[in-house]
Amino acid sequence: MQWMKFRPLFFLISGIGLCLSLYSILTWGLRPSIDFTGGTAIEYKFTSETSPDLLKTILQVKAKDYEYKDITALSDANIQLRFGPELSQERAEVLTALIAEAFPERPELVRFETIGPVLSKEILEKTYIALAMAGLGILLWVALQFKSFKLGITAILAVVHDLIILLGVFAYLGWARGVEIDVLFVTAFLTVFALSLYDTIVVYDRIRESSRKFNGMGVKFVADRAITDTIVRSFNTSVTTGIVLFALVLLGASSIKWFALALLVGLISGTYSSPFVAVPLLVTWEEVKNRLKQRK
Amino acid sequence: MKKPLRRIIFIFLLVFAALFAALPRHIPVKLQYYNFSFERSFDFPSIDFQWGQFSFKRDLELHLGLDIAGGSHLVFEADMSKLPQEDFDAAIEGVRNTIERRVNLFGVSEAQVQTIKTDNSYRVAADLPGLKNTKEAIALVGQTASLEFYEFVSAQAEESTNGALAWEIAPTNLTGADLKRARVEFDPNTGEPAVGLQFNEEGAKKFQEITKRNVGKPLAMFIDGEPIDKDRPPPVVQEEIAGGSAVISGSFTLEDAKKLAVQLNSGALPVPIKLIEQRTIEASLGSEFVSASVLAGFVGLSGVLLFMLLYYGRLGIIASLVLVFYGLFTVALYKLIPVVLTLPGIAGFILSLGMAVDSNILIFERMKEELRAGKPWIDSMEAGFGRAWDSIRDANIATLLIVFILLNPMNFDFLHTSGPVRGFALTLGIGVLMSLFTGVFVSRTLMRIFLKGNK
Repeated sequence: MQWMKFRPLFFLISGIGLCLSLYSILTWGLRPSIDFTGGTAIEYKFTSETSPDLLKTILQVKAKDYEYKDITALSDANIQLRFGPELSQERAEVLTALIAEAFPERPELVRFETIGPVLSKEILEKTYIALAMAGLGILLWVALQFKSFKLGITAILAVVHDLIILLGVFAYLGWARGVEIDVLFVTAFLTVFALSLYDTIVVYDRIRESSRKFNGMGVKFVADRAITDTIVRSFNTSVTTGIVLFALVLLGASSIKWFALALLVGLISGTYSSPFVAVPLLVTWEEVKNRLKQRK
Repeated sequence: MKKPLRRIIFIFLLVFAALFAALPRHIPVKLQYYNFSFERSFDFPSIDFQWGQFSFKRDLELHLGLDIAGGSHLVFEADMSKLPQEDFDAAIEGVRNTIERRVNLFGVSEAQVQTIKTDNSYRVAADLPGLKNTKEAIALVGQTASLEFYEFVSAQAEESTNGALAWEIAPTNLTGADLKRARVEFDPNTGEPAVGLQFNEEGAKKFQEITKRNVGKPLAMFIDGEPIDKDRPPPVVQEEIAGGSAVISGSFTLEDAKKLAVQLNSGALPVPIKLIEQRTIEASLGSEFVSASVLAGFVGLSGVLLFMLLYYGRLGIIASLVLVFYGLFTVALYKLIPVVLTLPGIAGFILSLGMAVDSNILIFERMKEELRAGKPWIDSMEAGFGRAWDSIRDANIATLLIVFILLNPMNFDFLHTSGPVRGFALTLGIGVLMSLFTGVFVSRTLMRIFLKGNK
């Protein structure tokens, strides 16, 4: 199957995906959770459907001196209040009592999280560092294993492609459903990094083997063979992991749902990017290099 | 062939051991069929092994993290500014021990209190499952609670520089460190709560000297640099007290008295601490998670098994068996280490499950290729394993690299030192290693024995 013939199509699909994601990120931005901004998050579970606007009005009337940063509905009956500076637990309880006065049945305070500003800054920094280290480490490892920087860079490009799409999806979700970026998301982010790379390495491994076997047949042929050989396995693996993740997204409760979704998005784009982003980039690079050599 | 047989025996021994560790300790069985009913429960023992100095104890229960069991996660930072550098380690250990004692005395079972030492911060993190009253716990744990006794230099008040009346007091050598025990008592006359002190031998001697010196003079007691009761005048020493018992009475509520008793009993914190992180999660939220996520896990797993069977046929049976073993070994490992299971930890487990399946798929696809090329069954199988191993090894090492960065086992300052990220990395790492074991060693052995010469 002559996959490389369809390169323009693959680049087009990826291009559209990237554009949409970048648009999403630039327009809506990412919503950081208190893990990164510091402050306090309180989640109330009401006994019946309650809207954030209703809660807003109640707070304006009953609890004016509680300056909250935002109110988000996590589900029909769960609402989260975010406070910029830290709120002590005593004040939180007073607030709960005030809110409870407005409802026939007392809402339940299901989650109370406070993070000081020093700690949250620390978490953010550590995350950046972990990302940088992972990126560099992988680049070096691939370059070492496959003895070619070309492979390392195209692999990283494919991973970056996946990560941008993941961020794009979550920028949209942040705007549409109030989904926040927390440390858990960062974990998913790093995992998608690993998964996408895992997949790409399997294909590259095959290319390395095929180029030894079919020495002299040209990059395009070798790449086509490698993809044909690995595509079935890629697909099967993604389906099996995807089934489990999909089940989690549907049935899992709220905090793990978005985590599973992030992993699922990463899985799909990672599986796509290995044969259809990394390899085309590699082949095109090779072709351009050869053409430049010929001109000399 | 002798070799594979030995390996099979080894594998089955492992499976039985894992089964013993992985199953819940108490399994109730209840069957009802019209008039016939059968009810019995099976109990498995835990591990309690002692040999001289060496003891090995495992309760073999699944340790659930806070996000599942509900409770509080508190992080305190220690203020080392007044200590010399070489005392830091001892001080933070002291803080940890004191916090743990206080938490236990408060009534929290299964609390996990750990120090987190990095280059420029010394912290203690406490995970308190099932804790309802976080506010009280923080007040209890956070206070330094140093007890000091001051004697009055003169019995008369003197005028100080700004014109107010002040008493001059001097510290004695009697402190909270000389206490053997503190206990809540009730004043026999007023019925008010008070704290009874019992000094140790040395403390009793000191107390005797102090009371002898100060008969007729008041004796002030300070906690954390503040007088215990600002509203009442300090008690006056009636006579020399031997035997080392004393009672601190003040306008205590019962809660205050209990708190003070706990703090004195656990000892003062060697350095002051400050709360920098607090997460409190209700158990109701947690248990909802568990049932939904476990259900999702089962559905997903069955889907995977079904798929493998449909697509790979006989090979699929082996793969499914290997997958079940994998799950068994991993859960057993979680119970043996033990690993505290959090939600991201569960996600890590699920992901590594996917990767375990993947190693098998890689091997099977290679085998199919070899078969298509016309090679006989056994050769195809061996070649499949051989060639797939390169890809499996490379890809898994890349994953392990990322796991290493996330897990931060050396506690580097610039990487995460606590939290859900590490829990996830731990289960993912265990999963990857276990999948390498089951996916390659176990699969190959099973296939060698059970699928000889088929096709």
